[in-house]
Amino acid sequence: MSEPNSSLTSNQLPAAGGDPGSLRSQALGDRAAPASTEPILFTRALTRHFGGLVAVSDVSLTLHVGEIHVVIGPNGAGKSTLTNLLSGDLPPTSGEVMFEGRNIAGCASDEISRRGIGRSYQKTNIFLPFTVFENCRLAAQSRRPHALRIFHRAERYTEINRKAEAAMAAAGLGHRADRVAATLSHGEQRQLEIAMCLATEPRVLLFDEPLAGMGPHESQRMVELIQQLSANHAIMLIEHDMDAVFALAHRLTVMVNGEVLESGTPEEVRSSPAVQLAYLGGEELLHE
Amino acid sequence: MDLAFFLIQLLNGLQYGLLLFLVASGLTLIFGIMGIINLAHGSFYMVGAYLAWSLSSLTGSLSAAIALAIPLTVVLGMGLERLLFRHLYQRDHLYQVLLTYGLILVFEELRSLIWGDDVHGVAVPELLNYSIPLTENLSYPVYRLAISTVCLLLAFGLYFLIQRTRLGMMIRAGASNREMVQSLGIDIKLIYTLVFALGIALAAFAGMINAPLSSVFPNMGGGVLIICFVVVVIGGIGSVKGALIASLAIGLAETFGQVLVPEISGMIVYVLMAIVLVWRPQGLFGRA
Amino acid sequence: MKPSRLASYLPFVVVGLAALFPLLDNVYYMQLLTRVLIMAIFAMSLDLLVGYTGLVSFGHAAYFGLAGYALALMGPKYEAVSLWWSLPAAIGVCALFALITGTLVLRTRGIYFIMVTLAFAQMLFFVFHDTKLGGGSDGIYIYVKPEMLLGDFKVLDLENRDHFYWLALILAAGVYFFLRRVLGSNIGRALLGIKVNEHRMRALGFPVFRYQLASFTLSGGLAGLAGYLAAVQYGFVNPEILSWHQSGAVLMMVILGGMGTLYGPVIGAFAFVMLREVLSNQAWFGSWAGHWQLAMGSIIMLVALYMPRGLAGLFVKPVVTEAEEEAEDE
Repeated sequence: MSEPNSSLTSNQLPAAGGDPGSLRSQALGDRAAPASTEPILFTRALTRHFGGLVAVSDVSLTLHVGEIHVVIGPNGAGKSTLTNLLSGDLPPTSGEVMFEGRNIAGCASDEISRRGIGRSYQKTNIFLPFTVFENCRLAAQSRRPHALRIFHRAERYTEINRKAEAAMAAAGLGHRADRVAATLSHGEQRQLEIAMCLATEPRVLLFDEPLAGMGPHESQRMVELIQQLSANHAIMLIEHDMDAVFALAHRLTVMVNGEVLESGTPEEVRSSPAVQLAYLGGEELLHE
Repeated sequence: MDLAFFLIQLLNGLQYGLLLFLVASGLTLIFGIMGIINLAHGSFYMVGAYLAWSLSSLTGSLSAAIALAIPLTVVLGMGLERLLFRHLYQRDHLYQVLLTYGLILVFEELRSLIWGDDVHGVAVPELLNYSIPLTENLSYPVYRLAISTVCLLLAFGLYFLIQRTRLGMMIRAGASNREMVQSLGIDIKLIYTLVFALGIALAAFAGMINAPLSSVFPNMGGGVLIICFVVVVIGGIGSVKGALIASLAIGLAETFGQVLVPEISGMIVYVLMAIVLVWRPQGLFGRA
Repeated sequence: MKPSRLASYLPFVVVGLAALFPLLDNVYYMQLLTRVLIMAIFAMSLDLLVGYTGLVSFGHAAYFGLAGYALALMGPKYEAVSLWWSLPAAIGVCALFALITGTLVLRTRGIYFIMVTLAFAQMLFFVFHDTKLGGGSDGIYIYVKPEMLLGDFKVLDLENRDHFYWLALILAAGVYFFLRRVLGSNIGRALLGIKVNEHRMRALGFPVFRYQLASFTLSGGLAGLAGYLAAVQYGFVNPEILSWHQSGAVLMMVILGGMGTLYGPVIGAFAFVMLREVLSNQAWFGSWAGHWQLAMGSIIMLVALYMPRGLAGLFVKPVVTEAEEEAEDE
């Protein structure tokens, strides 16, 4: 059982907990995120039609390691479809998704996941009958399937177990390991959703409304977790909670009717006349 | 193959295809609208044929037998929907398969108890019992033409019912959105009962009108059922148009197959199905 | 989750006791039990698909029957064929056929999958029914049973009922313990994950299709093992052994016993074979025995309606389904 400790430890996943403090003060401290290097992922003219309906139109955006890119917009703006295009859940109608120098547009979701893009779902998408640990263990197993070792007991892969435990701890579910996922509270299921995503050790994280349905305390935890993850991941975040958005965003993109209305630093977006005019939540955005 | 012979095979193929359509359209409607896989659908075809035989030997007329048998099968369909199928709507397909498989066994044994295990012929009605001469020694029976005509009329009727009537609108809405239909105050249970009875009656009617051509024999429903599965797979689940096109294609393929390559004619339809599966797994007119 | 110590020894105890059965010297019951063992292998192979991978196949008899035909067609007509190569070859033929059909049927899901598996099985039925390849609707006799020789030593003499019973027992136990290990490995966990939530498995990076195809192929091969033994026991094959009634019967065994457990299909095979034997007993039911399928069909419908977890579900209430129910209640 002596495997090199190259697995998820402190250098990859932040430990549970973190400094207490309000969202805003933390956000200001973290704002100086570097984003000068090559983007790890960018899209060119990404478009998706559903019959005659254009859900995502000509979207170009970039993700850098060390940067949180938040996408906001009213319901039906195409944010979730955009996530699905990046994760391979849907193939684009046209356009490119360049990830680490290769066009992955149209690749199947399992291949994209194996390449290093992980996602969480807006609607909780977990293995309800399994325990929390088994949910995470399965996610970790996906990196080292060992599918041909058909006589080796699944629970005896120490490296996979350790990764699953690290992911559970990071998402704040360490104390729930043996609970069946279906019996968790809604907020805990959201945490599990994130934990499973982390257990696949992605370099790019796509979070689709991770805070939806979470209580204030859990939201606070999740914001801290995302901040910590941003140090060595590229993160795209879809979120409605404006406090969290401005606490987290290094870069902000506003989508309306499938198109990018404005993209830039939070300050640039906040002062954009187009956003002020078009975005219904504008008052909330400007109120500062 | 000379022209007259070709024409006869063409008419036979179309007639067979149209007959398949009567059975398959009910199957596909029940699949598409109620989400039920009904293995016993072929048994209703058999029940129809046996009713036609026993009632026509009682009354001395096939038309009288059919007129008596149709209400009987409608009542049978409605009764079974209330008694059995209603419990299956929310259940896994596995249990639908199992229950309807059990139903087949029960139907076969009841048939054996009521009508015995012999093969019986059914007389063609006097009025239609002649042939149209095509060449010196080739002619075409009018009864087959009559069957084709009736089937075509029913196909048009079905199209009209589904596309142009209020009931059809409810049926289509029920297929796409159950909650919406219920919230509009439409009795979805009643619609289900009606659709099920309609499907059953169509299958039974096909058995009745085909009885003079196929004669009446034990287990006659099984073969029809499986061919109709192939029709539904090729046409696309829930698509009546797909069922019509696939029925005609299979009717022609099997008829010409039996003439041209009798050794492998039994396999042609399955090869057709395999090709469609590779090309369009959701069927020609199925939703992806 | 861990089974208690006693329960983990139970399969060994059952196999041990079953091995002693020939001492009772009851030919009738021993043939019946041999049949149960063969059907248990068949049902376990289907449970791998239905209970562990979430794929409801209604054409599993195709692989069962194909192995029988493979045996009948491979060997010389009036000489014994060696089991050492004919059994692996029959299994291989079935696994290969499952691999080929699997790549096609696994493009579909749900209702489609059920219909397409049935249709492919029916295609095979017509291949053997309509062509002269396998003797048409009459089938082929297997005049001489395969032999198991090590040098000149007969390991088991399959003409001997006791020996054949032991072979079936060894193979059934072998399949049970083999599947238990496989299902406890990473591939087994992945298959269960696919059954519960295929979409999420794909998002986690699992090549779902490959796992399903592996399961489908293994399942087809194991069904072939059962079919080979069945053909040896009956001494002939005809298209009936790959008819859809056979597929329905084995599905019934899996559900009756309790799918998603390995002992469930074994219990189900036992219950089904015995039930059939009882219902068609003329001494008890007179002329109704000829219509035994009336009662069987009714029982199948009752099981589908009221016993979805089968006989195993009467004793053990799995944690999994309780949790599912709670989730549904929300």
